[in-house]
Amino acid sequence: MTFYDYIIRLADNNLILGHRLSEWCGHGPFLEQDMAMTNISLDLIGQARSMYALAAEVNSKGESEDDIAFLRLEHEYQNLLLVEQPNGDFAHTVLRQLFFASFQLPLYQAMLLKLNGLTDEHFVTLRGVLEKAVMEVTYHKRWSSEWVIRLGDGTAESHSRMVTAVNELYRYYGEAFISDAVDDAAVSEGYGVRPEELKAEADQYIDDIFRQANLNIPVDTYMQRGGKQGVHSEYMGYLLSELQYMQRAYPNASW
Amino acid sequence: MPAGNQISIEKEKILHILERVTDPEIPVLTIQDMGIIRDVIIENHKIIVVITPTYSGCPAMSAISMAIRIELLSEGYPDVEIKEIFSPAWTTDWMSESGKQKLKEYGIAPPVVEKRILGLLFQEAPEVPCPRCSSTDTVMISEFGSTACKALMKCNTCLEPFDYFKCHR
Repeated sequence: MTFYDYIIRLADNNLILGHRLSEWCGHGPFLEQDMAMTNISLDLIGQARSMYALAAEVNSKGESEDDIAFLRLEHEYQNLLLVEQPNGDFAHTVLRQLFFASFQLPLYQAMLLKLNGLTDEHFVTLRGVLEKAVMEVTYHKRWSSEWVIRLGDGTAESHSRMVTAVNELYRYYGEAFISDAVDDAAVSEGYGVRPEELKAEADQYIDDIFRQANLNIPVDTYMQRGGKQGVHSEYMGYLLSELQYMQRAYPNASW
Repeated sequence: MPAGNQISIEKEKILHILERVTDPEIPVLTIQDMGIIRDVIIENHKIIVVITPTYSGCPAMSAISMAIRIELLSEGYPDVEIKEIFSPAWTTDWMSESGKQKLKEYGIAPPVVEKRILGLLFQEAPEVPCPRCSSTDTVMISEFGSTACKALMKCNTCLEPFDYFKCHR
């Protein structure tokens, strides 16, 4: 079951952040960035879909990828608090993406190294999903980095909005790098990565981007945690009520 | 159970039928031009078509799967399974030369070999010739165009905007 839990977490991060980004559809600051955000959303939801399909296969309880995505309760989602945070303004959205991509890309890369030696069919499938995802997340990281720099090092208005975003979101950056029992079990089973091992690379990257963006990393910030264990912020319930609306109102609807 | 060479004749026939299936977003390209068909496996009366999605969330994949089923059904193959494999990941290198030519004639610049360094910020956009006037004086307006696989460009010579099928590898 560890493998199931481990991929559900990866998938939940993708689904919830993909959903948040989809909320920008038609509301972007200008057309090109509206499309960029919805396309990143599409990448993440696509990754989530492949992972839920794999989870459904591993679990073999007859549940489908849609059941896992749409019919769980709030505490059963194991995404990071970071990805469920509201979009805020464009500065919030690009910063949230930068924090997440700075964790996700090295995680996927480290997982690929571990999966390379494993021959079980499910591991081979996951490796294929991650190989493709790495190409996509590389872009998400570059896109968000460029915007954080552009806005942070831009006008007085854009700079102050970035500062506000940093002050509000930095407390959610650290949770990704705190391991728990599921991580430990996945590490011992050979495919998992200890998130603490990714922190130095991510910290250094954020540091470098913030320097170019004239932004400071807040000091002495308590890192909020709980999402990985299903203890979410208040925003999560509202998000799910929208995300799950169709399946709750019309059970088993399909087209 | 057909003998080995009969299977390969049947496989050829099926591949020929599949040439009628086009990308719903780019109707001039067949799925063979796109390079997303990896294999056709014949098991007794069942046909397994193995495809590789272009992007994780490409919405065209379900439309393509349905089109494959319809074309094969119309030729008397009701038992069809579509299997998606992700590894090795699809790249634009798999797109055929005739596919690239068709894209250009359709007004979409085909993928060029991009010299960009992965992950490096604020790089110059790749030099993409305009599909209409062939000028290389073009600018990238947005990394995403009408679909995830295309970027939006503009030609400074003929002043026309155009789609560029991004290099993906």
